[in-house]
Formats: sequence, structure tokens, C-alpha cells
Amino acid sequence: MIPRPRPERFRLRRTMMFMNAQKPGLIKDAYIYGCDSIMLDLEDAVAENQKDAARFSLYHALKTIDYGDTEVIVRINGLDTPHWQEDIRVCVAGGADGIRIAKCESAKDVLTVEAAVEKAEEEFGVEKGRTLLMAALESPKGILNAYEICAASSRMFGVAISGGDFRKCMQTTPQRDGIDMVTARGLMLIAARAAGVQCFDTVFTNLDDNEGFEAEVRQNKAMGFDGKSLINPKQIRLVHQLFAPTEKEVIQAEKIVRAVRENAAKGLGVFTVDGKMIDIAFLPGAERTLRLARACGMYEGDLV
Amino acid sequence: MINKVGRDIPDYLLKDGKEVYQGKNYMDGKYIQKASPKTRRYETPQESKVAESIVKALKDCGAKSGMTFSFHHHLRDGDFVVNMVMKAAIEELGLDNLTIAATSLGSAHDPIAEYIEQGKVVGIQTSGIRGKMGEVVSAGKLKTPAIIRSHGGRPRAIEGGEVHIDIAFIAAPTSDCVGNCRGIGGKSNCGSMGYAMTDAKYADHVVVITDCLVDFPNMPASVEAIDVDAVVVVDSIGNPKKIASAAARISQNPRDLMMAEDVARVIASTPYFKEGFSFQTGVGGPSLAANLFLEKYMDERNIKMGWAIGGICGPMVELLKKGKVGKVIDVQDFDLDAVNSINQTPNHFEMSASQYANPANKGAFVNKLDFVVLAALEIDTGFNVNVLTGSDGVLRGAPGGHPDTAAGSKCCIIVTPLIRGRMATVCEHVVTVTTPGDCVDVLVTDYGIAVNPLRKDLIECLDNAGIKHVTIEELKNKAYSLVGRPDDLEWEDKVVAVLEARDGTILDVVKKIKPYKI
Amino acid sequence: MEIKKPAMAGTLESSDAQVTVEPGNGKIELSLESSVMNQYGRQIKDTVLETLDRLGVTSARVTMVDKGALDCTIKARVECAVFRSCDASESNIPWGGAIK
Repeated sequence: MIPRPRPERFRLRRTMMFMNAQKPGLIKDAYIYGCDSIMLDLEDAVAENQKDAARFSLYHALKTIDYGDTEVIVRINGLDTPHWQEDIRVCVAGGADGIRIAKCESAKDVLTVEAAVEKAEEEFGVEKGRTLLMAALESPKGILNAYEICAASSRMFGVAISGGDFRKCMQTTPQRDGIDMVTARGLMLIAARAAGVQCFDTVFTNLDDNEGFEAEVRQNKAMGFDGKSLINPKQIRLVHQLFAPTEKEVIQAEKIVRAVRENAAKGLGVFTVDGKMIDIAFLPGAERTLRLARACGMYEGDLV
Repeated sequence: MINKVGRDIPDYLLKDGKEVYQGKNYMDGKYIQKASPKTRRYETPQESKVAESIVKALKDCGAKSGMTFSFHHHLRDGDFVVNMVMKAAIEELGLDNLTIAATSLGSAHDPIAEYIEQGKVVGIQTSGIRGKMGEVVSAGKLKTPAIIRSHGGRPRAIEGGEVHIDIAFIAAPTSDCVGNCRGIGGKSNCGSMGYAMTDAKYADHVVVITDCLVDFPNMPASVEAIDVDAVVVVDSIGNPKKIASAAARISQNPRDLMMAEDVARVIASTPYFKEGFSFQTGVGGPSLAANLFLEKYMDERNIKMGWAIGGICGPMVELLKKGKVGKVIDVQDFDLDAVNSINQTPNHFEMSASQYANPANKGAFVNKLDFVVLAALEIDTGFNVNVLTGSDGVLRGAPGGHPDTAAGSKCCIIVTPLIRGRMATVCEHVVTVTTPGDCVDVLVTDYGIAVNPLRKDLIECLDNAGIKHVTIEELKNKAYSLVGRPDDLEWEDKVVAVLEARDGTILDVVKKIKPYKI
Repeated sequence: MEIKKPAMAGTLESSDAQVTVEPGNGKIELSLESSVMNQYGRQIKDTVLETLDRLGVTSARVTMVDKGALDCTIKARVECAVFRSCDASESNIPWGGAIK
């Protein structure tokens, strides 16, 4: 058995790659592609009559495979199915880092899952509060309740929009400029930021359309998403490339972090860096840039 | 006697000057006496050499029991000719004690397995052996051990008289009535006929078998009428669908692409990656995909490839047409894009197997190679590669040009996934050594890169370029941690195949596998 | 556990294994076919028998067609087939108990 460290609620999650939990050839080493998080799927990817087999397969994968620094999240079946309770038991028993709640529509859904998780943590002797949660918003109601969902539990680290179902509800289809989901993405982002959790965009399913994918990832970054869900390892590189800070941003962030720390020691709250007014409020952003830079192999210093 | 790669070669095989493998370039500077065939004079002008049947041609060439017949493998898995000739010789003429010396054999030749079991075929000399033939030979049914040679080792053995070909049968997509052959223009096209060329020059008799007789003279000829005794026209020499695929597609498998990208990074980190560099790649998933990423680095640094060799397929032809490669010199073609390009696209040339890879001649192309990218069934911690035997010890592969290009090139890169299913590709000891570790420089896997410690210079190149690498032992340990340590295969004493190094020394032997009981 | 009716789990895809369990007559009868028999046959057999033992299965006819599955997959397939044969595969699985 491979003991996994306690999951970090806030960590780098640029890329979350979906993997069918029922396919041994896929899940045995999905971490080699370098995504930040792996999303082992018990929901849509697994046929209705193979849900049981997928759980056995998932349990042993979680217990046997050394995923290293890659985060391991499991997408469980919806609360309207007979599967979700056993899904939660196996996730907690196996030691998954987090659970993705499918089709989440309200804070109550989060609390329902949280209660089951807590019960399972007790049953399997897992540290209480270890298992993190995230919610997938797949309906208009989910989007409108985004804030209460994000703020429902201290286990919540983020929300993701699930484009396929959402677009169906909205009677639209993927558009080149993203107009089909711009409002939903915006609302969800605002809610996530207000609640202090992360926010992830939906998958891009046309693997042959490199241009469209790139345009969407650029828009994601511009809107302020933390990361994106992916369906194929070959999508990872581009997301990491486009989410990487520029060299200039890294240098600036380094200066800010240094200056804030030095001036704090002197008792100064407001000061200038390269002629720009800086205060303590710039610190979290600068530190995030440096962490991102480190993950991208652009920063080797010791400030973060 | 234990050889340089640690393999125990039975003493009884070391006769008539046969030695065990002593390391790379051991035969350098030695002299060989070239063999010469005994050929018939055709002084009286002949209108045509067309014989009415294979049986007639066999009779005309004095076919008898105990002879060695040779074949080339340009028709690959679509080949009908080996089976056709052996059937005529054995079932119609009643010959036996025959030896097949082929450049390679595949599952198209399953029917020959029956002749081996009947004892009619008693010797096999080939680069590749697969399918039923691999199974019956592995089961010890062949009277003498099969001899496995590389693509360069074969012309060396023929030219040096170690293999004497009584009759060479040359499957030809087109031929004229006197035997000028080409690999194009017919209905079963294969492009280059490089592997047939040495056979035609060194066999006592040469019979061309074609399904498309064309007007004289069929020029430029790959095999020339001056070497041909007879031409037989048959309905079909092969199944075109299995001769060459429509187009070799670059893999979309993310694992292959990831490894291919690392291969290109490694190449670009070495000093050999400069204007005019030379390159060969296999057609396996990650090897072929390396082309794609290499092109990016070439564009970035604004350099062009000088020349490429090998088995050729579409993606390389594409680079040639785009002007990113100076010349392509081609010993065989894997897809129709390459078949349709050879001798048509400017600077796309044909060459013989000897010119390609023979270690005993005075200037094989492989010796001028900068890079070769190759696959492997297994590679061990001594960097020895196996491309011949499966994990169950059964013959099902081919050294092909692997050992020749590995030995000749300045930088030989093996690219393979760390595990295949439950098979550890990187292992403690390969089942059979087909390419010795002293010829292999870099290993690229999906779990990391390892450099042969013999190549300190390349280690420095990778370090300077910031390319992470680990020891091959670490990769092996990782593999075993995933799949478990495999049980050792259990063998009987009987040797079923002798594997010659490209220089003719004995690199390894394959023994009969013991039945496995759980 | 008692094998009550025939049940199957797994596929014939590469890296997977297909396991069938049927009621036995007082002992374990294992029939094994594997693409990596010569190198891993004994280890696979041990894994199957250990897994059955942990589940308390003492009487069964077990057929496994292995396509190069790792041990974790073999265990998962055997366990799923056994639980299916008892109609108990959908809920309250003893994760970390008999399943480990």
C-alpha cells in the first residue's frame, strides 16, 4: 500500500484529467503525463452494469499505485442514483484525495455528501476532514446556487462547470467565441472567488480542433480560471504552457515577495517596487505566480 | 564459451572458424575472400527467358534435394512467392533436405511450418521469423538450428561464402522477358528491391517471379537481366494490401507522442544535431512520431537533415518533398507514399542491403549515420536489446537492421514503453541478445530516460540541456515494482536458433523452451 | 463466501483479466490462461488463490483468462466475480477488510 500525504486544499490544479476507473490499462500510470490532478471516473465513463467492478478496480488502484505528487480525485455518481453512497465508501477507504460531486445543485447536496464522507471516514478509521470535495455544476440551478455550494463546507476546494449537460439545459451548443457559456462561467467564477475556492473550466472534446482548444484555454486564463478538465493527455502540455506566467511576471513577483517581507520587518505597510505602489494585498498573487512558475520549471528560488 | 555479452555459446557451434562475439568492430581490418557463384553462359541470343512454370524453371536450373533457395521479403506479409516455390519444389518435384535463406519470414509463410515438421525443409536462415514457423522452430522441429542474421549480416555472409545460394527466387512487381526487374509499375508494387540485389549477384541461378510482364527493357532495373536465368509469370505474387499499407500514420497515442517528443529533445541536445545531419527511424509508433517533433527542432534552429536511410515511409518522403531532407536512400518501402516516390521524387534513391548495412564492405551507409531511433521488445540493464524472442522464449521477431544501425550510428536511441501489459520491457536479462549493449546509447521510456554509462559525452549533453535522466537500473526497478519480478524462463539443452552478430561471430543462441507448469 | 451461482468480471482487453466463478465441489479448481504464463503464471495463480482465501471461498471452479493484468487488477476481478455470484457486489463491500 502506498500511503498518500494529507491532501492540500489549495494547490496547483491547472489540469484535471478524466480517466475511466474501469480501464486497468489507463489508470495504472496516468500520472506519467504530468497533469496536476487525475480524475478517476465512476460516473459517465462506466456502464451502468459495471459500477460494482469499477469500484473494486478503483480500490486496488488507489491502494497499489504510487501516484506521487499527482492529486487523485474521484468523480462519483449523482445523488439521484443508487451508486453514490458506495462510491463514497470506496473513495474514503481507498484514500482518494478528493471527491467530485456530479450534478451538484445546492449547498444541501454538498452537505449530504459531506455527511456520508464523514461517516465513511469514521468507518474506515480515516482522519476526519481528510477527504476534500469539489462540485461539478451542470445545470442552471447549480450555477445560480454557485456561491452557497462553494461556501457549504470547509472541505470544498473548488467548483467546475460541466459543459455538456449545461449547454443542453440552455438549448445551445459549443460556440467558437465561448458566448454559449460566458455568463455561466462568469457567475461561477465570481461565486468561487467570493467563497475563496478554486474554479475550473469544462472539457474540450474535439481532439482534432487544436485551434479551438487553444482559443478556449486562452479565454479560460483571461477569465481567471485556476485550471481546466481534460479528456486526453495530449491536451496537458498546451494548458500548462498557456497558464505559465511570463518571465517578466516571475521577476516582478519575486521582487514583490521580497519587498513585502523586508518592509514588513521594518514595519512598513506601503512602499514602491519599480515605481509602482505595492502593499500586503499583492502578496498572495505574487506567491501564486511563483508557485506556478516553479511548477512550470521557471523558478528555482526559495521564496515559496 | 561465454561471450562479450555474457551469453554461454555451446562449444560444438564453434567450428570452421566460428567465434563468439568479442565486442563492437572486432573484425575491423581483417580480410575476407569473397565467394563467387558458378553461373551458366547464355551466348546464343535469347528472345525470351520466360519459363512456362515454376517447376520448369526449377528443372532448368538443376534444382535438387539438399539445395539452398533464397527469397527476399519486400512483399512482407503479402508474399505468395516463398510458399509457391516451396510447394512446387517439394510437392511437384519431390525435393527434400532443402534450406530456405530468406531476408525475412513472416506469418505469410505459415504453410512452410508443415514442411519443417515433415522434415522436407531442414534449414532456415533469415532475419525475421514469426507465426507458425517461429513456433515449430522454437519447438525444436527444424533439423538444424535456424541461423538468424541482421540485414547487414546476411549480405556479409553471402559475399563471404558462408551462405551459398543455389537458386535465388526474386519476386518482382514488374519484369521484362529477360529478367530486368523493378519494384514499381505493376499490381503488387513494393518500391525498393534492395534486399534482392546481393542474392542476384551471388546465387548460382536466379529465377524471377512476376505477375506483371512489361516491355523490354524495364529500366532502371533493380535486378538486372545479366544475372537472371529464367522468368516465370504467375497470376499474383502477393496481396497488395499486405505488401504496403496505404500510408503509415503517425501515432496519436499520447504515450507514443510523449516518448517521441523526448527522443527529439535528446537528439537536439547532442552536437550531431547540426546542418546536414543524418537520420534513420523505425516505423513503430514512437519511433515514427519522432519525425514530427524533430521537424520542430529543425525549424527552430533553422537546419536541414542531410540524408535519411532505412525502411522508408510517407512522413520521411513528406520531409524530402518539403526540402527539409537532402537525400533519402532507401532499402525498403513500408507504405504506398514511399513506394510511389522512390526513383520518382528527385533525390529519393534505392540501395542494396549490402550498401545499407554490411559491416564487412568498405562503406555501408549505416556507418555514416548520426542518429538511429529504434524500438525494442526488451532491453536489459547492460543495454542489450532483444527484438527476436517473446517473453515466452518463442521466436517472433527480427533483428532486421537493428544491430547494424545501432553499431554504425553515432547515437543510437531505443524508444519503448517501460512495460507492455505485464511484460517488463526494461529488465535484468533479455531473453535473447540481438543488439549488444555496447552499440546502444540512450533509452527513452514513458517513465524516464537512461544513458549508457559508456557515453559520458552524451550524459553531459543531456545535463547541459536540462533533460532529466536516471540509471537504467532505476528504470528496471520501477518496471519490476509495477509488474513483479518475472520468473526465469526454463530451457532444454537443444539449440533451436543461432543468432549471429553482424560481424558473423555468435552473439546468442535460442534454446527449446521447457513446457511451463503452474 | 459461498459461490452460489456463476458470475463473471473483467474483460479480454489488454492489461485486463476475465474471471469466471462457478459453484465448486468442495475445493478450488483453477483454470488459468495467460499471455504472460511463462514468466508470471505462478505469481498469478498465487494471487488468485490468496484472494479467494481472503474472501473465505473454499469451493469454486474458477476460470481466468489473463491479458497481462497487474496484480491489483487480478484481485479486483476475482473479488468482483465472487461478490457478484453472491449478489453482494453493489453495496457494503468490506473495503480494507476482506478486500485488501
